[in-house]
Amino acid sequence: MPIFSYLAMPKSGAKEALCADLAALSHCEVIPSDNQEIVVLVTDTPDETTEDKLQKSLNNLQSLQSLSLAFGYDDQEKQGR
Amino acid sequence: MKLNRRRFLKYAAASSAVATAGALFPGVSFGNWQNLTNNSGIISWQKAPCRFCGTGCGVLVGVSDGRAVAVKGDPNCSVNKGLCCMKGYHSVQMLYGKDRITTAKVRKNGEMVEVPIKEALDLIAEKLQETKDKHGKDSVAIYGSGQWTIPDGYVASKLFKGCLGTNNVEANARLCMASAVTGFMTSFGIDEPMGCYEDMDHANVFITWGNNMAEMHPVLFSRMLANRKRRTNVTVIDFATRSTRTSQAADKSILFKPQTDLAVANAICYEIIKNDWVNWNFVNEHVSFHKGKTNIGYGTEDHFAFKDKAESINFEEYKLFLEDYTPEKVEKISGVSARDIKYMAALYGDPSLKVTSFWCMGMNQHTRGTWINNLVYNIHLLVGKISTPGNSPFSLTGQPSACGTVREVGTLTHKLPHGVVMKEPHREMAAEIWDVPVSNIDPKPTYHTVEMFRALDRGDIKFIWIQVTNPMVTMPNLRRYRDGALKDDRFVVVSDVYPTPTTDVADVILPAALWVEQEGMFGNSERRTQHFAEIVKPPGEAMSDTWQIIEVAKRLGFEKQFPWTQDDYIGKIWEEYRKFHAGPKHEMASYEVLKKRSGVQWPFVDGKETRWRFNAKHDPACTNGKDFDFYGKKDHKAWIWARPYEPAAESPDSEYNFWLNTGRVIEHWHTGSMTRRIPVLHNAVPSSYVELNPEDAAELGIVNGEMVKIISRRGEITIPAQIKGRGVPPRGMVFVPFFDESYLVNEVTLDAFCPISKQPDYKKCAVRLEKA
Repeated sequence: MPIFSYLAMPKSGAKEALCADLAALSHCEVIPSDNQEIVVLVTDTPDETTEDKLQKSLNNLQSLQSLSLAFGYDDQEKQGR
Repeated sequence: MKLNRRRFLKYAAASSAVATAGALFPGVSFGNWQNLTNNSGIISWQKAPCRFCGTGCGVLVGVSDGRAVAVKGDPNCSVNKGLCCMKGYHSVQMLYGKDRITTAKVRKNGEMVEVPIKEALDLIAEKLQETKDKHGKDSVAIYGSGQWTIPDGYVASKLFKGCLGTNNVEANARLCMASAVTGFMTSFGIDEPMGCYEDMDHANVFITWGNNMAEMHPVLFSRMLANRKRRTNVTVIDFATRSTRTSQAADKSILFKPQTDLAVANAICYEIIKNDWVNWNFVNEHVSFHKGKTNIGYGTEDHFAFKDKAESINFEEYKLFLEDYTPEKVEKISGVSARDIKYMAALYGDPSLKVTSFWCMGMNQHTRGTWINNLVYNIHLLVGKISTPGNSPFSLTGQPSACGTVREVGTLTHKLPHGVVMKEPHREMAAEIWDVPVSNIDPKPTYHTVEMFRALDRGDIKFIWIQVTNPMVTMPNLRRYRDGALKDDRFVVVSDVYPTPTTDVADVILPAALWVEQEGMFGNSERRTQHFAEIVKPPGEAMSDTWQIIEVAKRLGFEKQFPWTQDDYIGKIWEEYRKFHAGPKHEMASYEVLKKRSGVQWPFVDGKETRWRFNAKHDPACTNGKDFDFYGKKDHKAWIWARPYEPAAESPDSEYNFWLNTGRVIEHWHTGSMTRRIPVLHNAVPSSYVELNPEDAAELGIVNGEMVKIISRRGEITIPAQIKGRGVPPRGMVFVPFFDESYLVNEVTLDAFCPISKQPDYKKCAVRLEKA
């Protein structure tokens, strides 16, 4: 059940589109900056399979320039798996 | 808010990312979180104006799991730039008091019984129609509030004035703003301040006229003090009848005897002329001189009527009138030293200083409220310190939409959204926009607020619908009006959010949506219209006051005039309403613009807000080709009025030897029905008290916390004493905050009012004290 947060950089002029694209995905929460072209993304997925699917969806977003990990936590890793 | 482990982790994740962004991108801000989506577990933020006073601070309301959980100042709102006062920061807690009214109630066999809201609305429509048919159109009334949203007030006016044909529409802003309105109308021919809060960033001198800004408008007061700290040439003068926190923070505190502000204002004008500090270029070009009637009465009797009559005078006649107000003569009336009067006059008169005057209830709740408003304008007009950055006579408001809903929509007996019922073109405009026959709109005003409740007592009004206000705490000479409301054949409907002494007299109680539980707009003190969305759902069957009125209107057969659905009614109402204000003097922003911005100032012409009215550099309505155009008056001039000092309606005598002054405290808002449900605020000041001068207290043998009986010719209350508290009255005066329904100080006050504005004077009546 991983939780991650990222700094998501949109392609030029695509911040609103990126926010809309991210908001449309399950397990995503979006906090856009109100004065710069940057978006905070928080993901909360129930299992590894869902997490993998989400990562693929993120990689396919046309509006996304780059994704930088800021925070990561995984219950299962903590349990030594 | 419930915080579980997982949610905590998500907060940590979001915080880490925000902190990382802050390190990588200096100045990055995530304050504007209203765009947050898919927000379970994380707070989403949406803009709104604060629900309390008339300052109009922008706030961001934080929502989690459908519940408002936090508030922060909106950094995008120019009013407060991210700051709030203690009421604002705790405001969302008012939504969740344990005794919130969530269902409709109807009195059956003397008991209030819960019913489905549809049944209550059916009953209201039936009783309204029945009363109108049996006793005539002027036997039904609606009494609203400066806390009504703009759509609330608009549909109330449309239903009662346009459809039912009665001018029995009033609002509690009559009790707090009416003298400001008549002051503007008589001096400038058009309502609402010419300046804006930005004046504070330019002024060198601030004079507060009977205005405890530190407690009543704390965010603006902070801005004033911040300016004093930042700029070395700023002076704050507190001119008041008692020492308050504003006096403590001011550079100079000057106390005057109640009602004598009239004499002092004239003395300042006398000094300005005597020392030739008059700005002759401005006066010759932009000012004309007038006098009105004198010895105008106090309105304490039923059916009191008064109409002022303006007569032109010349400057020499005005100068002669002021001979009665030399500083030395006025010192004897007012208790203010001639030296202090000359000092204030010198500040206004110094051409190198920019001066802003602030006032609120001290000048408005005054039996000569219109006059004292005129007189402060006189000072600014004589020296030409008006309508330019930093030079501003500024009337502050006490409610979030006293300006937006009551003054601009015109929810007063004589008003329409544009103009007054007495003028045919204004009735024609309303009839056309409202789609009603023009004959529906009665050209004769009926009852102002005090007279409306007298009419309820007499039985001239049989049905009254009270929304968003608590008159059974706030009416002066309260006992008469409460007894009147309780008479057998009166039918009282109350829409509110919590039980109050007003719901106690109701035959029907409707559960109302509160603040951000509905979409709406407020209008603040500086002509700023502020939209807010429905951010959380109202509880139970509660609905907006607007929709309650629409439901009743539809039941009365006015579907054509109220065709809207619950999905889009606010936007549609707004676009209909703003037709009334089309044109450069009062153009309002569109619904779409209002939704996007943290408030928009009118006139809003070609996408531009107007900061300073009547100034040709800023105001698109100026057309006379000069630097200033006071276009509200036919002569395009601002009017200076010769208004004398006249005593209060009731002054201390040998039997009732103290002045009684009433007002507010910073922790509580008005009658406390909301702030007393906020634990932090309630615990800070859990009950009301009477402030006594320490020497008076010693003479009466009263110590702090002891019970004191306050007795007037109308009633009495017993209340704990506060000596050397936050406020200290001078000898011979006591002060009581009115927020606490356990101590109904208005049982003691007098229902005298300004004959021009019809606004009661809550600051002056005679009482005696006894140790209880």
